[in-house]
Amino acid sequence: MSSIHGFAVQAPGDNLLEVENLRVSFATEHGVAKVLDGVNLTIRPGEIMGLVGESGCGKTTLANAILGILANNARREAGSIRFAGEDLLTMPRWQAESEIRGRSITFIPQDPFGSFNPLFPIRTQTMEVMKWKSPRRAARDGRGIAGFFSRYPRARRSADAAAVLQMLRTVQISKPEEAFGKLPHEFSGGQRQRLMIALALLPQPELIIADEPTTALDATIQAQILKLLKRLAKERGVSVLFTTHDLGTAYEICDRITVLYAGQEVETAPVDDFFQRPHHPYTVRLLESLPHPGRELREIGGEIPALVDPPAGCRFHPRCFRATEECLSDRPAVTPLGGGHQVRCYHPITGASRL
Amino acid sequence: MSEAPILRVDQLSRHFPVRNMFGWTTGAVRALDDVSFEVRPGETLGIVGESGCGKSTLGKTLVGIHRPRGGRIVFEGKDITGQSASERGAAAPKLQYCYQDPGNSLDPRWTVRRSLTEPLIVHTALEPRDRNARIREILQQVGLPPTHLDLYPHELSGGQQRRVGLARILTLHPRLVVLDEPTSGLDVSVQAAVLKLLRRLQHAFSLTYLFMSHDLSVVRMMCDRVAVMYLGRIVEIASTEALFGAAKHPYTQSLLSAIPDIGGRRVTDTFALEGEPPDPSQPPSGCRFRTRCPRAAAVCAKIDPALQPIAPGQSAACLFV
Repeated sequence: MSSIHGFAVQAPGDNLLEVENLRVSFATEHGVAKVLDGVNLTIRPGEIMGLVGESGCGKTTLANAILGILANNARREAGSIRFAGEDLLTMPRWQAESEIRGRSITFIPQDPFGSFNPLFPIRTQTMEVMKWKSPRRAARDGRGIAGFFSRYPRARRSADAAAVLQMLRTVQISKPEEAFGKLPHEFSGGQRQRLMIALALLPQPELIIADEPTTALDATIQAQILKLLKRLAKERGVSVLFTTHDLGTAYEICDRITVLYAGQEVETAPVDDFFQRPHHPYTVRLLESLPHPGRELREIGGEIPALVDPPAGCRFHPRCFRATEECLSDRPAVTPLGGGHQVRCYHPITGASRL
Repeated sequence: MSEAPILRVDQLSRHFPVRNMFGWTTGAVRALDDVSFEVRPGETLGIVGESGCGKSTLGKTLVGIHRPRGGRIVFEGKDITGQSASERGAAAPKLQYCYQDPGNSLDPRWTVRRSLTEPLIVHTALEPRDRNARIREILQQVGLPPTHLDLYPHELSGGQQRRVGLARILTLHPRLVVLDEPTSGLDVSVQAAVLKLLRRLQHAFSLTYLFMSHDLSVVRMMCDRVAVMYLGRIVEIASTEALFGAAKHPYTQSLLSAIPDIGGRRVTDTFALEGEPPDPSQPPSGCRFRTRCPRAAAVCAKIDPALQPIAPGQSAACLFV
């Protein structure tokens, strides 16, 4: 880990997670892809934060950076990720692995079909999580010679098993005792996603990163899963970083929304304000391209830029209908618009100029 | 709209055998069960339903990829039931199927040019020069530059692959195109472009579409009439306004209440449908939706409701409408 981040360390404030000016690039055969270009993101305790953008905008890279599971060819150029006041990127690796990843920050993947081991029953896979990441786990468990012979004290194991069963009931898996012995393929997609939510909640995390958790599901099942995730997160006060490309889903579940375009965050706002008064031209165009009865479809001209050689300045300027000279050279700074609404644009669309 | 239907489907069914470990047939998945509807020339009929409801099986049975177990398919006045594409002769190029994922349905080792030429070699007697001319014309119509002819599928973006998939079908001048999930997996801005293209092509080539999708907001935008499928059956069919304005079948109502309505009520606050679709090899007795239906009564387990007209142009299969 380099120590490039030359930012003054701020007081943790009331944010659970603060991503500041994060730059991540990937070495590829075509050159260095600048996938994240100075991204800022904050998540407050108990909040569901939506990270919205089209494919290739860097949603998953940001989620992986927070989890510390970036690919080997990734390089962090600058920036910091502070979780509960501590920088995850400079923290020793053992600490990040034992205390943060899978414990304080858990993950719900996009694909419930490929994320379970097909060879082991649900019991093994849920108890594996509890063995290492249970809130009941003492620091000495699994260490030293005693730990080598019994890494999972029996008393804790039975308490953990009861907790898992309780959790399966909470996520509405019918007959949890039977489900324990079943293999993943015996569950439908919706049930597998419920099991994934259970796995993510079991360590009693403070933050869940949900990477497009409903994309692979049907409409009615998606509605059920969103409802469940929202209720559980609110009941338990867990923060969620919810990445999605579907604005409708983001409207359903999120408290605030940040829009990413080609590795730059362009607009952040509370959910209702976001949909009623979008300010960034990209956000406006994105909302206009949603099918809506009684309105003509409108596409965004042009294509997403190649990240190996992205446009300078604001990366949206080649497709933007309000772009001027200054957009070509420097990236606009964060402009607060009141009420927690922030936009990074020299020419935000406001009241009078709205189309 | 009183023209003769371009396509008439009568009680079409297609079952897939379920075999045990010895290869004996022990049951059947009723992917299509007594499906009947008509498509009028120039209209867009939407087919919606969740995965496993039989949408794709319906499309593939219509174009002759699957042989139906029973029922009739009448296309432009001719009975083409059970004929494979090669047995259909002149009717085959007129009824075309556009695959869900062109990234996988285009040959990765063929250039776009070769993929576009192949259907013309199979179905027409055009000279190579005329073939080339037609390919260039169609390519322009779907909005791709001629330089893309020498690219391979992996060099194209998802939206461009869809355009090639469409061009491949349009070179044959079809009358009816079965579009299987034409926008699934696309970003919204690309989706908007593809939908606009589909509309423009429909006017330019006077096409009739069978538009299969699970995305109701897209279907609402694109279709004149909509059929809703559940476990191999059509449960409701109506004009788009009637279906989205006054859906009668409880399943259609649940499906509609699951679409996020940006700026309006939140589905997560109001959605009430519980459970998941049952195993299609063992559908429930009587009405197939009764296991999840909020209005189910004892009689629903005994009587399998047929599709019945309830208003002009609207039919539903429910005992309580």
